[in-house]
Amino acid sequence: MTSQWLIVPVAVPAMTAALLVLAMHYGYAVQRALSVAATGIQLAVAIGLFILASDGESRVYLLGAWPAPFGIVLVLDRLSSIMLLLTAVVAFGVVLASIREWDTRGRHFHSLFQFQLLGVNGAFLTGDLFNLFVFFEVLLIASYGLMLHGGGPKRLKAGFHYVAVNLIGSTVFLFAVGTIYAVTGTLNMADLAVKVPQVAAGNEALLAAGALLLFTVFAIKSAMVPLHWWLAPTYGSTSPAAAALFALMTKVGAYSIIRVYTLIFGADAGPLANIALPWILPAAILTLVMGTLGVLASRSLLDLVCYALVASMGTLLIAVGLASAEGLAAALYYAVQSTVTSSALFLLAGLMARAGEHASAKAKAYTPGTAVLGLYFLLAIASVGMPPLAGFLGKLLILDAGRTSPHIALIWSFILITSLLLILGFARFGIQTFWSRPRAADAAAAQPMPAMLTAVIAGMIVVLAALSVFAGPVMENMTAMAEQLLEPQRYIRAVLPPAATAGLVGG
Amino acid sequence: MIPILSMEFLLASGIGAMTAVGLYLIMLRRTFPVVVGLSFLSYAVNVFLFTMGRLNIDLPPIFSKEATAYTDPLPQALVLTAIVITFGMTALIVVLSLRGFLETGSDDVTLASQGGDEAESASRDGASR
Amino acid sequence: MKLALIVLIPFIGALLPPLALRAGRNACAAVTACVTGLSLAILLSEVPAVYSGTVPRTTAEWLPGLGLSWSFFVDGLGMFFAALILGIGLLIILYARFYLSSTDPMGRFYCYLLLFQGSMVGIVLSDNILLLIVFWELTSLTSFLLIGYWYHLPESRAGARMALIVTGGGGLALMGGMLLLGNIAGTFELSEILLRGEQIKASPLYVPMLLLVLIGAFTKSAQFPFHFWLPHAMAAPTPVSAYLHSATMVKAGVFLLARLWPVLSGTPEWFMIVALTGAVTMVIAAWIGLFKDDLKGLLAFSTVSHLGLLTMLLGFGTRSAMIAAMFHVLNHATFKAALFMSAGIVDHETGTRDIRKLGGLRHLMPVTATLAIVASASMAGVPLLNGFLSKEMMLEEASHTVYAGQWWLLPLLATAGALLSAAYSARLVFHVFLGKKRHDYPHHPHDPPVGMWLPVALLVVPVIAIGLMPATFAGAIVERTALAAAGGELPSYYLSIWHGVTPALFMSAIALAGGLAMLWAYPAINRWRLSMPRPDAMTMFQTAITALVATSRRVFDAIDNGSLPRYLAVIVVTIGVFGLSGFFGAAHLPGTRETLPASLPAVTGWGVLIAACVLMVLRHHDRLFALVVTSIVGLIVSLAFLQFSAPDLALTQISVEVVTTILLLLAINLLPRTTPDEQSGGAKLGAGVFAAVGGLGTAALAYAVLTRGFETISDYHIEQSKPGGGGTNVVNVILVDFRGYDTFGEIIVLAIAGLTIFALLDSALRGASARRLAAMRTGAKAHDPHPLLLTVVTRVLLPMALMVGVYILLRGHNLPGGGFIAGLIVAIAFIMQYMASGYVWAHKRARIDAHVMIGSGVAIAGLTGLASLVFDRPFLTSTFGYFHLPIFGEIELASAMAFDLGVFLTVVGTCILSLATISRVEERAEHAPQTTGVAP
Repeated sequence: MTSQWLIVPVAVPAMTAALLVLAMHYGYAVQRALSVAATGIQLAVAIGLFILASDGESRVYLLGAWPAPFGIVLVLDRLSSIMLLLTAVVAFGVVLASIREWDTRGRHFHSLFQFQLLGVNGAFLTGDLFNLFVFFEVLLIASYGLMLHGGGPKRLKAGFHYVAVNLIGSTVFLFAVGTIYAVTGTLNMADLAVKVPQVAAGNEALLAAGALLLFTVFAIKSAMVPLHWWLAPTYGSTSPAAAALFALMTKVGAYSIIRVYTLIFGADAGPLANIALPWILPAAILTLVMGTLGVLASRSLLDLVCYALVASMGTLLIAVGLASAEGLAAALYYAVQSTVTSSALFLLAGLMARAGEHASAKAKAYTPGTAVLGLYFLLAIASVGMPPLAGFLGKLLILDAGRTSPHIALIWSFILITSLLLILGFARFGIQTFWSRPRAADAAAAQPMPAMLTAVIAGMIVVLAALSVFAGPVMENMTAMAEQLLEPQRYIRAVLPPAATAGLVGG
Repeated sequence: MIPILSMEFLLASGIGAMTAVGLYLIMLRRTFPVVVGLSFLSYAVNVFLFTMGRLNIDLPPIFSKEATAYTDPLPQALVLTAIVITFGMTALIVVLSLRGFLETGSDDVTLASQGGDEAESASRDGASR
Repeated sequence: MKLALIVLIPFIGALLPPLALRAGRNACAAVTACVTGLSLAILLSEVPAVYSGTVPRTTAEWLPGLGLSWSFFVDGLGMFFAALILGIGLLIILYARFYLSSTDPMGRFYCYLLLFQGSMVGIVLSDNILLLIVFWELTSLTSFLLIGYWYHLPESRAGARMALIVTGGGGLALMGGMLLLGNIAGTFELSEILLRGEQIKASPLYVPMLLLVLIGAFTKSAQFPFHFWLPHAMAAPTPVSAYLHSATMVKAGVFLLARLWPVLSGTPEWFMIVALTGAVTMVIAAWIGLFKDDLKGLLAFSTVSHLGLLTMLLGFGTRSAMIAAMFHVLNHATFKAALFMSAGIVDHETGTRDIRKLGGLRHLMPVTATLAIVASASMAGVPLLNGFLSKEMMLEEASHTVYAGQWWLLPLLATAGALLSAAYSARLVFHVFLGKKRHDYPHHPHDPPVGMWLPVALLVVPVIAIGLMPATFAGAIVERTALAAAGGELPSYYLSIWHGVTPALFMSAIALAGGLAMLWAYPAINRWRLSMPRPDAMTMFQTAITALVATSRRVFDAIDNGSLPRYLAVIVVTIGVFGLSGFFGAAHLPGTRETLPASLPAVTGWGVLIAACVLMVLRHHDRLFALVVTSIVGLIVSLAFLQFSAPDLALTQISVEVVTTILLLLAINLLPRTTPDEQSGGAKLGAGVFAAVGGLGTAALAYAVLTRGFETISDYHIEQSKPGGGGTNVVNVILVDFRGYDTFGEIIVLAIAGLTIFALLDSALRGASARRLAAMRTGAKAHDPHPLLLTVVTRVLLPMALMVGVYILLRGHNLPGGGFIAGLIVAIAFIMQYMASGYVWAHKRARIDAHVMIGSGVAIAGLTGLASLVFDRPFLTSTFGYFHLPIFGEIELASAMAFDLGVFLTVVGTCILSLATISRVEERAEHAPQTTGVAP
């Protein structure tokens, strides 16, 4: 009987959300207390699970005590534990930041927030393809709720785009899962990993089609160009708290790509080995370029941050596209730091907007103070990948991992040139926003800033600094994770009964 | 040679037809047709998913002593889940389109592309209260 | 550890000045000076060791996987530069105390300054080239802050940005170069790399690596063609210009060239590129500098020119040239820093830096004038001053270096450089300090407080001392530095004033004479120059950036025009491409499974479906009609389910259909009734083709699958359904047991949908949307919205519907049915109440709040799952037993049924909440406001 802890990241937010719905008439104080406490618990548990998983073993949780592949399983390995921890950290920051800033602007903020976490955690933990679909839907519909929270014309219109695009995505997900099931007769990821290589010759085409259709679904989630349309309008028009949390969701897409295309359609997938790989690198570079152009073109901090997020997804996916242990490790390190950076930047955008409201009805008249400038400067550094924050090391790691690639020249020139353009974009915006004003304005700008919000942003910057200072141990863990990913047999053996895994080689 | 008068062909072509209509409708510039188009797509995909268990007549997945064969129950369960989820999604997007119309007075799906001056959108959230 | 401290102290100390400022500006400056002093003291404590030939090292792991480590070492070269940085730093701190005005935030200034200082020291002491990059980029960032210190001035902002882009960009190139270098050498530890010169020069990657490294070095040291940023950085406060742009940062590039000299130099590529770049920079910069009217501008370009000189010497790749270079670094640092500070004093005292507005200052500020004149003379290369000596050595080296077979090229360029440098030095002396006394200054100038000219004096001392007795005062330093930089044995050389009659002597004679001549002819030459076209770097740079931004905006607004159809089209096409490429990329055989003959009802149903689809495409503009067609299609789908042995699906589909239709009806009631026909014929055709292809694709996919057999895991579910799951309806057992977790997620989706819909519409009764609803009210229908018959019927139906619901809920485990269908049926019954009797009536009688239903539904389902944890079984483990109940007779109770109850409640709650909220909005559109506004 494996540890019952694996279900906690799902159970806690689920029950909390239910409670919050029941407690909706008890006012904000109660709801906030519940929500913050629950998020705190999730953080603690995530840390625990991370430590648990860091022994390199894949832990399996048989839901309903049904043996795999017949029931649904949860699997905790290094990758999922890292993602859970990242989620919990960001979520904890965002929930604190949202208090009194955004949670009063509509109904059910905190219950939607918890449901969102439930969806994300569930997606990271599940070892079943259809269940992954279900939790995608959970996190999506929760994100619709959060995205639309507070309303407003722009948000409603953008929301329609967001929902429509993702409904297409969900439809394709079902087509893909259906096709894959129709050929393999199973849904359990480990079982699929066993059955895919043995696919009958005549069925390869169907399975391949299913595999690539599935890839596009994850590509939409990770805002891979040309499927990125939804991101900027959505994140740019929703409340900063929601956007800050949504920085995670692109990583759900990246996670799914990494998981499915190393485990099921990875190197061992026989005729379908690494089927998605040829697509990732070009798409990733395109994403990086589009994101960078977007940063240059952006007319507001929110647009800037949104496209910086797109660009970071490009960089991340380049590393994934390298399909080497170094690449995957670098990708994860980069993913973690860029998620925290983007969340903090979104909150910063919110901070400026809020302070703007304090300052005057028209935010135009608002000139941000030195503290905000400092936060922006640090986050910009992290985002463009200059030292001393983790963004620099992330980029360095990816460049270094690219050395072994045949496309080194391509990868390096794109990453380095876009970095320069990103520096330009952030500098340009920062100078326009913070420096282009009479010095006297400094005094005027010295106005009360939302303390909690500021503290959270600062805290996230501390996390980035820590990621940089302790890069050594962190990367050790990431490398171990990458190696674990590249040995799917370990995962399969953990999930399936010995009989089913007899034929496996290696591991 | 495809046997036109086979159940398989009827279902496959039906799925195709519903998909086509769905795709045609989502190319329109108003919320309502897009919503309808999306539900056509979900009809199509639900039937598709269902047919992944292959077609069987009079083999209900109800366990009984005398029954010798059953249809594949798993896709049915999956489709049931899918139907429910689709239902939730449809309900939501319908209300969303309604709400958007009430707020803006238009059911055009086109977004004003990004623009405006720097400060404006930094205060979007403030503006949207 | 000690070494690390030298670097870390400034960083940690950077926190102090802002705090110390509370205790006054002197305290602030003092604290800063102490920090630098401390760091310097620790450095100097290493001198004995270093000058006795040992190389202190310290290392600590940072990112071993990457080869990045906290490694520092100090050899002659590092010691020389570090001492220069910290020593001049001290003087700058003192100077800045008096330079900054009381309105300048001093704490911030010293904070930035220390951060910069730490980064600079980090560069010169790093023993790991990746660590070096870290500090390299940090200098770019900190100098950005320092140059932008007076950010209220446009030119400060522009200069800061330009410097950041150019040097930051160079840093990125260097990053690539260093990664390559480490890759070639097999290590990132600098002292290791320095031993592997041959291996590195032999590598095929040598040239790309060299180019990347040189871009880094040249941008930092403002070498041609990257020389344009430095003058604009002069918008910074003078202490910054003196520190960054003469003594330290711009020397970083030269330092890097010297540091990597043993492993990079000596190849033709190195000589060709570095020597020529240096020479050209030296001449061009000097030429531009000569005509600068801004005092600091002139000094800035002279700095660039001298950096070019150094680069050229390093480019020669000979040890003697290295000696000359290191000697000149020392000399240049002394006289140029002195000149910058004097310029600052002049600016400070007279209120202008425009040479045309200056003159005769020796009468007004004799001390400053004397100091500045001495320094300028040294810069001009006047004998008996240190500038002369190193310039002499430079000319000597140039005189016998052949470039690309042209013996005359380098000597000529060298002489030209020297000549121009003499010329602008002379201009500085004659046009600013000498000449007749003037009184038209903005404010009356006089010598500044001692604190301000003392630093200058302290720098002029070595200028003379070294000039007179080079061997005594500079011999050891130069030797140690050159030795450390070049490695191996140094050729015999001696620092002295008189080297006998050499080509160099003639060249410098020509230079000095020619320089004075040029100053005499200055007006004429200047007129000629002004008649020539002169490119302005800043405008070009600005235009470039503006163009870049404009282009990306145009590209973006072109691609991203906010049109949903376009987005969806691109997305769907992409998806299609992936799917097809997958399909055609692998082997495929047509299926062999026996097909079923089509029955008549099936064909009929199919016909209806196709007809419906066609009608939909043709008449979708009428929304009510479209809705009817949609529900017909839904009906056909459920019949299909029924036909192919899926009773549960049929039941579910049909009941979902009902609810959805009601929902859409309510929506249409408030939405426009028709969809305008706004597509062009072409667009219609395009959409048609697009849709047809998509349809064909899915149809083909479905058909391909349907016509082939497969084996599945679900046989297990059928076997285990009764014994393991305690139910005969396998589908339901899968839903609530085998895959109960899916269902758990599914009801959560429903719950969220309900809450979101509520949250969405809750705000619909306020603001813009409320006004719009009110506007609709005027157009509200006259007839009674709640016809009596309908009302009565629905009220009678309610209890029956509830009975049926419960029955279906209970039997679900064994026969078609279950929580979801039951929930929908009950929900429909309730909804009818709202429809028939109106929101207010129904809501007043609603016993339970829909929110409570949703909440408790999810909670019950969750608790049922969690219950099994108590027995140490996994989440959602089921158990069941048989009981005898009155009326129902022998029935089975399974934990799964409790779960199903949760499903039931969630479904009911969601449907009621959503539809009730909508009908509430409808109500608002139809009735007088006082009947509304009831919060559910």
